[in-house]
Amino acid sequence: MNVEWYIVLSSLLFAVGATGILIRRSPVVILLCLEIMLNAGNLSLVAFSKMVGNQQGQIFAIIVMVVAACEVVVGLGLIVAIFRRKLPLDVDELRELRG
Amino acid sequence: MSATSWAWLVLLFPLLGSIAIALGFKMLPSKAAGAIGTAAIGLAFVCGVAALISLLGEAPDARHHASSLWDYASVAGLDIKLGVFVDPLSVFMVLVVTGVSTLIHLYSFGYMQSDEGYHRFFSYLNFFVFSMLLLVLAGNFVLLIVGWAFVGFASYALISFWYRRTTATRAGMKAFVINVVGDIGLVLAAFLIFRELGTFEYGEVFARAPHVFSSNEWTITAICLLLLVGAFAKSAQLPFHTWLPDAMEGPTPVSSLIHAATMVTAGVYLIARTHTLFVLAPTAADIAAFTGLATLLVAGTIALVMTDLKRAIAYSTMSQIGYMIMGVSIGAYSAGMFHLMTHAFFKALLFMAAGSIIAAMANNQNIDDMKGFGKAMRFTSITMLCGGLALAAFPGTSGFFSKDEILAYATARGGMYEIFTVLGYFGALLTAIYTFRLIFRVLPGRPCPEAQELIDTGHVHHAHPFNPATGEEEDTDVGFPGADHHIAEQSWPMRAAMGVLAFLALFAGLIQVPGLDEVVTKFLDPVFADSPLAEIVPSVGASWAGLAIGATISIVGIGIAYWLYIARPETPAMLIKRLRPLHTFLVNKWYFDELIDVLVVKPALAIGRFANRTFERLVVDGLVSGTEDIVGGSGRIVRVVQSGFVRSYALLLIVGFAGLALYFLLSSS
Repeated sequence: MNVEWYIVLSSLLFAVGATGILIRRSPVVILLCLEIMLNAGNLSLVAFSKMVGNQQGQIFAIIVMVVAACEVVVGLGLIVAIFRRKLPLDVDELRELRG
Repeated sequence: MSATSWAWLVLLFPLLGSIAIALGFKMLPSKAAGAIGTAAIGLAFVCGVAALISLLGEAPDARHHASSLWDYASVAGLDIKLGVFVDPLSVFMVLVVTGVSTLIHLYSFGYMQSDEGYHRFFSYLNFFVFSMLLLVLAGNFVLLIVGWAFVGFASYALISFWYRRTTATRAGMKAFVINVVGDIGLVLAAFLIFRELGTFEYGEVFARAPHVFSSNEWTITAICLLLLVGAFAKSAQLPFHTWLPDAMEGPTPVSSLIHAATMVTAGVYLIARTHTLFVLAPTAADIAAFTGLATLLVAGTIALVMTDLKRAIAYSTMSQIGYMIMGVSIGAYSAGMFHLMTHAFFKALLFMAAGSIIAAMANNQNIDDMKGFGKAMRFTSITMLCGGLALAAFPGTSGFFSKDEILAYATARGGMYEIFTVLGYFGALLTAIYTFRLIFRVLPGRPCPEAQELIDTGHVHHAHPFNPATGEEEDTDVGFPGADHHIAEQSWPMRAAMGVLAFLALFAGLIQVPGLDEVVTKFLDPVFADSPLAEIVPSVGASWAGLAIGATISIVGIGIAYWLYIARPETPAMLIKRLRPLHTFLVNKWYFDELIDVLVVKPALAIGRFANRTFERLVVDGLVSGTEDIVGGSGRIVRVVQSGFVRSYALLLIVGFAGLALYFLLSSS
C-alpha cells in the first residue's frame, strides 16, 4: 500500500484532534483529542519507518506512547482533583491564571 | 643609645599614655588618668633631652640621622618607610612640644578637675601630643601627612570636647574642614615631589631637588605654593585663619596647647623643614613672607577691638605666627624657630592665666564683665603680666629678643625686605597696645562681682552655666565645669606650670642674645647650612640697634595702652564713636567670614543645589524611572495576551505552527 494514504489518514486524525481541542470545553474531551493528535503523529512515524525500511520510527512511536500515557495520568489526576473540589469542569471557567 | 632610639621612645610614651587612658577609663580613678597622661609626656620630654644630649655629642655636620622600623608601604616602585628623621630642627621641635605639653598637662590636671570628661580629655591630649611628635619627627612626606592629619583630628576632637555645646561642635567642624583643605594642598605637593624626584624621603628629596629644578621653575613653585596651602591652613594664616578664633570654644588648656604653643606652629616647622625647596622657589617664599606680614597686621588690628578674652589672644597668636612665617620665609630660619619657642612659652602662659580668670567667671569670656582680678587672683595676675610683657616684647623678656631678631634679619637682607622691618615694627606697636589693653581692662580697677566674691570668701559659686553665645543651658553631665568652679591658682600643679612658664617667658630670651651666646642659632645652624640665605647675618651692632628700636616701640605701645585704659578711660569710647566705620570693620574681623561665605560657601551650596535639582532630579532620576517605565509598559502590553482561555492559547499555537509549516513548504518548493 502506498504511504500517501497513511499520511492522509494521519493528517485527518490530527485535524480532528485539533478541532476538538478548539471547540470543546470539557477537559476530559480535550485530553481525548490530545491523544488523537499524538496518535496521528505516531501513525505517520510508523508509516515513514515502513517506507524507509528501518525501525527507528517505530521505536520513536513507542516512546511517544509512553510519554502520552504519563501525560494522561497527570491530566486525569488534575481532572479528578478539579472534580473533588467541586469546581466546574469547563476550561473557560478555569482561568484563574490569566495575566 | 643613639639619638634615633630616643626619638622612637619620644613617640612611644604619649601613644601608650593615650591608649592606656582610653582603654582603662572605667577602672582608673580620675587623678590616676591625669597622672598617667602627665607622666607620659614628661617621659617623652626626658627622652627628648636625651636625644639632644646624644646629638650634641657628635660633630655638627654629622647631626642628622634617619631610622626606620619597618616598611610602611612598599608597592609598585613606591618604598615608604615608617621612619624618623632626627636632626637639630626636629629635636628642637620635640623639646618645645614635649616641654610645653608637660606643663600644660600639669595645668590641666588641676584645671579640668570639676569636669566630667576628665579621662577623655587626657586621652585626647596625649593622642594630640603623639600626633604632633609624629609630625615633627617624620622622616618622609607620607608620615608627615599622617601626623598632619592626626593633629587635625585631635584638634577637632578637643575643640568639640564639650560636645553638647552647639557653638563648640560647629567650631570643631569649621576647624576640621579648613584643615582638610590644607591637607589636600600638602598631599598634592607630596604627589608632585614624588613625580619629579621619585622619592618621599626627606634626605633624598633635599639632596636631589637642587639638581633637578632650576630656580623658579614652575613645578618647584607649584610644589612650594601647595606646601604653603597646608602650612597656612594649619597655622591660621590669611585666608585660612577663620577657624582659629572660633576654636576658642574649647577648654582653655586646649587653646593653650594646640592653638597657641604647638599645632598652629606646624606650618612654620614645615617651611623651615622644606627650606631647601623654598630657596629654589623665591617667588613662593616671597608670597609666604607677604602673607605672614598681612596676617600679622590684620590679626593685630582685630585683636585691638575683640572683647572676648580668649579670642583676642587667639588673634594675637595668628599675628605672632605671622612673624614666624615671615621669618622662615625670608631666610631668618633660626630667628623664626626661636620666636616659635618663646611664643610657645608666653602664649601658653597667657592662655593659662586667661583660663584661670575665665573659670572664675563661669566660662564667660567677655572682658567687659571682668574687672579687678589683680586683687582677687594675685598669682594669676602676676603670671599674666609676665606673659604680657614677653608678648609685648618688653626689653629683656624672651619675646623682645626673638621678635627683633627676625626684623633685624629683614633689615640685613635689604632691598624690598625693608618693608618687613617697617611694618613688622608697626605690628609690634599693635602687639604692645592690644596686650596691655587686655591686662589693663581685666586686672586693675574696682572688682567685678565675681572678683569681689573671690576676695571675700576665697571661692566662687555660680548658678548653672549658660552658653553666652546661644543662651543654651550647658550640659555638665558629659563634661563642663559645674556650678562650683575650681579656682586655678589654688592648686599646686597649676601654680607650678604657670610659674615655670612665667620664668621661661621672662628669661628664655637670654639664651639668644646677639653677640653674646646665640645658643639656638648655633644649634640649628647645621640644618640650614645649605641655604644661601643663612649666610646673611645681621651684624651685632645692627641687631642691637634693632633691639633698641624694638624696646622703644614696646614701651611706647604699653604707654599708649596705659594712657587709653588707665589714665583716660573715657578715650576708647570716644575713639570708637569718632571712628565708627573703622571700629565696625574691625569688630567684624575685616569681614573675612562673610567674604569666604560669599566666595566659597555660597557657590558651593549653589552648585550643590543645581546638581540636586537639575542633574539628580532630571538625569539620574530620569534614567532610573525611564527604565522602569519601559519595562512596566511592555509588561502591560504582553499581559493582554495572557487571557486565561486555554483554547485560545491552543489556537495561537496551532495557527503559529501551521503558519511556520506553510512558510517552510512554500520556501522549499
